[in-house]
Amino acid sequence: MSWHARSVAELAGALERREISSVALTGHFLDRIGALNGALNALITVTADQALADAAVADRRRAAGERGPLLGIPLIHKDIFCTDGVRTSCGSRMLDNFVAPYDATVVARLKAAGAVMLGKANMDEFAMGSSNETSHYGPVRNPWDLDKVPGGSSGGSAAAVAARLAPLSTGTDTGGSIRQPAALCGVTGIKPTYGRVSRYGMIAFASSLDQAGVFARSAADAAAALGAIAGFDPRDSTSVDAPVPDYAATLGAPLTGLRLGLVKEFSEALEPRNGALIAAALDVFRALGAETTTVSLPSLPLSVPTYYVVAPAECSSNLSRFDGVRFGYRCADPRDLRDLYERSRGEGFGAEVKRRIMTGTYVLSAGYFDAYYLKAQQVRQLIAGEFRAAFQRVDLLIGPTTPTPAFGIGAKIDDPVTMYLNDIYTIGANLAGLPAISAPCGFVDGLPMGVQLIGPHFAEGRLLNAVHRYQLATDWHDRSAPGYA
Amino acid sequence: MMKDWEVVIGLEIHAQLATRSKIFSGAATAYGAPPNTQACLVDLAYPGVLPVLNAEAVRMAVKFGLAIGAPIAERSIFARKNYFYPDLPKGYQISQYEQPIVGRGSLEIVLDEGTATRIGITRAHLEEDAGKSLHEGLANATGIDLNRAGTPLLEIVSEPDMRSAKEAVAYMKKLHTLVRYLEICDGNMQEGSFRCDANVSVRPRGAEKFGTRAEIKNLNSFRFVEKAIQHEVARQIELIESGGTVVQETRLYDSDRDETRSMRSKEEANDYRYFPDPDLLPLAIDRAFIESVRASLPELPDQKAARFVSDYQLSRYDAGVLSASRETGAYFEAVVARVGAAHAKLAANWVMGELSSALNRDNLEIDAARVGPQSLGGLLDRIIDGTISGKLAKEVFEAMWSEGRDADAIIEAKGLRQITDAGAIATAIDAVIAANPKQLADYRAGKDKLFGFFVGQVMKATGGKANPAQLNDLLKAKLGGG
Amino acid sequence: MSLTSRDVEKIAHLARLGITDQEKPVYASNLSKIVEFVDQLARARTDGVTPMAHPLEGLTQRLRADEVTEADGREKYQRNAAAVQAGLYLVPKVIE
Repeated sequence: MSWHARSVAELAGALERREISSVALTGHFLDRIGALNGALNALITVTADQALADAAVADRRRAAGERGPLLGIPLIHKDIFCTDGVRTSCGSRMLDNFVAPYDATVVARLKAAGAVMLGKANMDEFAMGSSNETSHYGPVRNPWDLDKVPGGSSGGSAAAVAARLAPLSTGTDTGGSIRQPAALCGVTGIKPTYGRVSRYGMIAFASSLDQAGVFARSAADAAAALGAIAGFDPRDSTSVDAPVPDYAATLGAPLTGLRLGLVKEFSEALEPRNGALIAAALDVFRALGAETTTVSLPSLPLSVPTYYVVAPAECSSNLSRFDGVRFGYRCADPRDLRDLYERSRGEGFGAEVKRRIMTGTYVLSAGYFDAYYLKAQQVRQLIAGEFRAAFQRVDLLIGPTTPTPAFGIGAKIDDPVTMYLNDIYTIGANLAGLPAISAPCGFVDGLPMGVQLIGPHFAEGRLLNAVHRYQLATDWHDRSAPGYA
Repeated sequence: MMKDWEVVIGLEIHAQLATRSKIFSGAATAYGAPPNTQACLVDLAYPGVLPVLNAEAVRMAVKFGLAIGAPIAERSIFARKNYFYPDLPKGYQISQYEQPIVGRGSLEIVLDEGTATRIGITRAHLEEDAGKSLHEGLANATGIDLNRAGTPLLEIVSEPDMRSAKEAVAYMKKLHTLVRYLEICDGNMQEGSFRCDANVSVRPRGAEKFGTRAEIKNLNSFRFVEKAIQHEVARQIELIESGGTVVQETRLYDSDRDETRSMRSKEEANDYRYFPDPDLLPLAIDRAFIESVRASLPELPDQKAARFVSDYQLSRYDAGVLSASRETGAYFEAVVARVGAAHAKLAANWVMGELSSALNRDNLEIDAARVGPQSLGGLLDRIIDGTISGKLAKEVFEAMWSEGRDADAIIEAKGLRQITDAGAIATAIDAVIAANPKQLADYRAGKDKLFGFFVGQVMKATGGKANPAQLNDLLKAKLGGG
Repeated sequence: MSLTSRDVEKIAHLARLGITDQEKPVYASNLSKIVEFVDQLARARTDGVTPMAHPLEGLTQRLRADEVTEADGREKYQRNAAAVQAGLYLVPKVIE
């Protein structure tokens, strides 16, 4: 089997048995990126020299007797994570010239674990988008069909793993930005509980919703990566000081008696072929010993409008720091201060980012705050309460990740509201801060689809366990996009 | 038509909290570092960074709240105040809006004439300071120094309870005293550690509704507060009396021209879009913590002043002056400890008199006084035991101040010891009487006023050293004796 | 609710976003659609519901010890700035 088709555990074994060095493995993936990224546009920056140097360090660490599931394993970071000395663009013209002077905690932890960064993944500008079309660096293409979007905002990270440019990648999920592209690219993506992974060094979009996670080809691989990045960080006041369980250790637990709740609001009006895939997934879980039932969360349909108040409100404030003064794009020859601000921001941000900043500014402004922002935070409370109630009855919720498979590049970009509805199934977990995972569960029109599982706070282990057992019983996750085997 | 106007003043005081590091970052807060060398990634609002709250800032705010008798919020919220300005790197200031850490309290002020008034404090909340804009030495540009950005501030908002510039100053001084007592702010106004914005309005006396107020910013000395308010009050009255109306606006006090002027630049964008900062969780403060802070409170100025009145029989005014700073109170009490409580009034007079003017003259803090409390006590001992007169003591004090020696050494060296030998004084009197027969005759003829002349002559002859009481008695006897 | 080009101008100014006259009606139409979409929130019955500002309710702010942990990084940090002089970040002259 070629190196890029192997799992993280297999690669770690091969490294340990000295069947290959990290330098050689890194070289293999760099070659693959060199050959395939041109068509995919999944990476904005390739850090080949640094990667080979880091791989050499990993090899020396291993030679010195160090072990570790990620030691010497290549990966790709979403370009939203600050990387010391490496351009961190966030997919924006605003940060096209920005070299971060520090590492995000996620980056630092993976570095410490010995993982080797190959480069920075393309993404929707400031993570605002569901198709990766808002990137300043152009759209990412879906390896399953180059005319289709990979989903967003972590589209580059998902496409890279799907195209086997790396066995792992990092992503962030504010309203579905890991799960939706994972589903559309046929890979496994997990968004942990809010606070499980530090947000320090992750360029903020909507602070109360953003959470870092990982893409992998399987739950087992994802467990290894999540274990490395999870945990308390004193630099993030919202990170939670709770021990990180050994996710790998519980992967294989039987699912006997696991109570799965099919979300009624997700299964209604589902496109029949999508519905059939979810039904088939439920059959698999039942065969594995799980009990299934239907659960209703009546306020959940309001999650998208709630999100499109809360997220823009927070983003409008978070993005005020991009003013052309200390870093980032600065317009040429500003006449005065106002001109400096308005042109630097007007020219530095793309249309979708500006739309969201304006939406957020509007919903926070005098006279509208109560009707929009406060109201949305109340509905958010209702939604969170309904999730809490549901988890009294079931262990995990289950449903589709997306309403449709990958759509054509350009198909929805001019209609923001239609685009926003892509995230209808994923946003609820962000509003309530819940962990959720998407795993491949079949195909519609030859394009991959995902099944989503949502757990109560800090149930990442249970989610990974459920998907791992599912993946032992199915092979959807092993399918490779044509031409990328 | 002239009207009788009432002035209404409320103050917002910004006190920089004396923490080592900033409120949300680990950068130093020391004053005067080269530009931007104490601005870390968090202070610079670099992409991806996050705030983490400084425990000491919270403790200091609680301390203040307890000192003004205010409730401490069990749960308070940090909010973002959104506006664009180059000294505000995030484009928002982290502050507290709807749920501040310190609730309603009050402070008593005593004016010169001794009347006491209670000034309400609406709230006090934690927030971060902004950086500084520098205009000098740069061609057509403004330079931004973010060293100050993120320095913890306690914003103390008063009720509109003050009715004159004097009251406003008295309140501000009282707060200044308090924050230094509590050791939560160094009070250095020149460095901007303690700043004031004044909300000023006028209304016809007896009117219930407040007039439209103007907010005067940038007041960094007691004198400026007084002058700016006086100027603003005059401006508003003149405006109204000439048929105009006061507009609600922010005005800047220009100390060079002694005038306030409108700050239009701050006017346009005042929709701050406050919302809870999602990067910070609710701040919870439990009873046990509050009680531990309460137990650590020092004796407060009002308590100290009351004790000075009861223990040392000082006037309320003197007690107020001597308790105005912890250092002054400590100095005074060290002197009293030496000379005894019975002579507390003498100690008070000297601390508020000679010592205070020497400090003012040399622009020194009391801690740096060239005559320490033990030395001053030594000098007072010599007054008390009659070695020198009060008048001579002033001369000795000056010598102590400039030479740094103690009282006895100077008295010896200068031969200033008071003459208490009755024989010596009598000899001097005899000589003076002998030399002034005419005055003697006149005195004996009934010109009593000449007594002073003889005292003066004897003092002159003895170099001022004759014990005044003895001199008095002896002179009276000899002049009358014929 | 429908937004006009004038509304867009006001919002864009608050947000310090320079947008062209041609863009204004486009944003007005986009924002109107978004606002119309989120207007469905009005349907929700939220009387007495506490607004939720954080996904992990019940957690409270952790405090940092008052220690200076950050060294001077000016030289490195200012490499990303477009205009710097004598250690200061430069902006066009601000008149107060």
